Amino acid sequence: MSRNKMRTFLTMLGIIIGVASVITMLAIGQGSKESIEKQISDMGANMIMIFPSSGSQGGVRLDASSMQRLTLDDVIAIEEKAVNVSAVSPLVSSRGQVVSGANNWPTSIQGVGTEFLSIRKMEVKEGIMFNERDIRSASKVCLLGKTVVENLFPNGESPLGKTIRFNQIPFKVIGILTEKGQNTFGQDQDDVIIAPYTTLQKRILAITHVQSIYASAASEAVSEVAVDEIVAVLRETHRLRPSDQDDFNVRSQQELISTISSTSQMLTVLLAAIAGISLLVGGIGIMNIMFVSVTERTREIGLRMAVGGKGRHILTQFLMEAIIVSIGGGLIGVTLGLSVSLLIGKAAGWPVTVTENSIIVSFLVCTVIGVFFGWYPARKAASLDPIEALRYE
Amino acid sequence: MDNNKNTAIKIESITRNFVMGSETVHALRGVSFDVHEGEFVSIMGSSGSGKSTLLNLLGCLDRPTAGHYFLDEVSVGELSRNQLAEIRNHKIGFVFQSFNLLPRTSALENVELPLMYNPSYSSRQRRQRAEAALEQVGLTSRMKHTPSQLSGGQQQRVAIARALINDPVLILADEATGNLDSRTSFEILSLFQRLNEQGKTIVFVTHENDIASFTKRIITLKDGRILKDNINTKVEDAREWLENLPKQDD
Repeated sequence: MSRNKMRTFLTMLGIIIGVASVITMLAIGQGSKESIEKQISDMGANMIMIFPSSGSQGGVRLDASSMQRLTLDDVIAIEEKAVNVSAVSPLVSSRGQVVSGANNWPTSIQGVGTEFLSIRKMEVKEGIMFNERDIRSASKVCLLGKTVVENLFPNGESPLGKTIRFNQIPFKVIGILTEKGQNTFGQDQDDVIIAPYTTLQKRILAITHVQSIYASAASEAVSEVAVDEIVAVLRETHRLRPSDQDDFNVRSQQELISTISSTSQMLTVLLAAIAGISLLVGGIGIMNIMFVSVTERTREIGLRMAVGGKGRHILTQFLMEAIIVSIGGGLIGVTLGLSVSLLIGKAAGWPVTVTENSIIVSFLVCTVIGVFFGWYPARKAASLDPIEALRYE
Repeated sequence: MDNNKNTAIKIESITRNFVMGSETVHALRGVSFDVHEGEFVSIMGSSGSGKSTLLNLLGCLDRPTAGHYFLDEVSVGELSRNQLAEIRNHKIGFVFQSFNLLPRTSALENVELPLMYNPSYSSRQRRQRAEAALEQVGLTSRMKHTPSQLSGGQQQRVAIARALINDPVLILADEATGNLDSRTSFEILSLFQRLNEQGKTIVFVTHENDIASFTKRIITLKDGRILKDNINTKVEDAREWLENLPKQDD
């Protein structure tokens, strides 16, 4: 083996390439899968919305927003009792004219809790979010969406620290939201002002109930469970009897969730196909190179047997060589696969994720194939008559 | 024949049939002869005469269909594959037409090869015996060379040294000069003659009359039977032939 360095190297190279390519392919595949799943999940797939259901008073059907069935107690109860809910925020909103200096703009103001941004997957681009103390003291602070900023501050000056007026009430701008663009229904999600819900309840709407509640399930997978928990909690706080209908509606992002699960399923199948094909290709390469390199040595095997080598001597020798070449090549392949994956991740900026399974599976499959196809032709040659093996061309 | 010496080979009415599809080929149809220690025998015959089959049987690479074969008083016919391998390892030295040396392996290691399969030798003993065998064939200065760095004649001498290392009962040469030019052939034949003078038993399989004339006894096969078994009364001396060859201008 050490005598024919070129052949040993080429044989090893087959295994190295086999293992490394499988690891790299899977790393790219897995990385893409996770990245796609995260992107869909960032659309707010685990968001849950709770509205009061429309009711009727004296035969007149009433609009849901005029129902006063959701309260802060509901928010607190969900927060405490629904274990699969990771974040919850009340929501009250109002429409009106916002004024800054000479500019004005019709928009809506949303009064929310501190966790609202994470539920809606919104971020603060500049400045800060208000905190619990602002909520307790009903501070007149707000954050502006991009559309509002553009219309109130058309000359490009920073709105941070400025005071705007919404329905005559002054608000201090403490932050600007990162733009989200339109939602699927064509609504501009940046045409919004966010303020503490207490401020809206007390200073604008003069109400004590909340209009709706937003919550986040801990993950997309437990979204359905979280919905059930919320229903149970609300039925309890609303003291509904089993025969009573819900006086609220809980809606999850069914469409997004089913998109996620079908996409994720598809990607898993795709990944398995990539893994299968690259293992197959790598395996066949290894098979060929081992087979050829051992078959090529049939005459050597014949000679060794002619001078007194027994079948087991030959098999031991070739098995040892196959094991050393395969495991050595496998280890180098794993190292190479890891480095190439990291390099691709760095250089091309692709999302790559190397999983332990891909390393273990590719290493095992490739070394087992390598050892088998090193051993099998050697066994075949060792079972030949020495004279036939010697005449092998 | 010199009957005082021990019998190296005793063959009693050996037959060997090969089944090829529906046909049975009778390669050997009852061959008997003895070879005593120290003989230098050539087995002659055209292709198809059964000489290769006989060589394989003599070399314990194959087993007879019927008949008995005693090598150094051991009956070889009933042995298993592994036992045959041991017999080959201990009692037989092969020299092939195409040398069959391991490529990229030094002459010394090539010569050591048979002893690798004999656990009663330590690696130091192997090395010593291999050096001694290479000295016998006059290649002391080329022990570290690989086959590709050696001429055809030198490669065949390495192969002969490999055949000598286990001090065999019998050296079997299969067309050992077939791949060599005439000058080198004479060198090799002269080496075989010298080894025979030192007491080695040699069986040389060839189809060339010229080559057979250098051996002491000529067995001629035809169609699986012995046609002639003669003592060569006029053994040629390979060294003389070598000296009579026109000088090469190197």
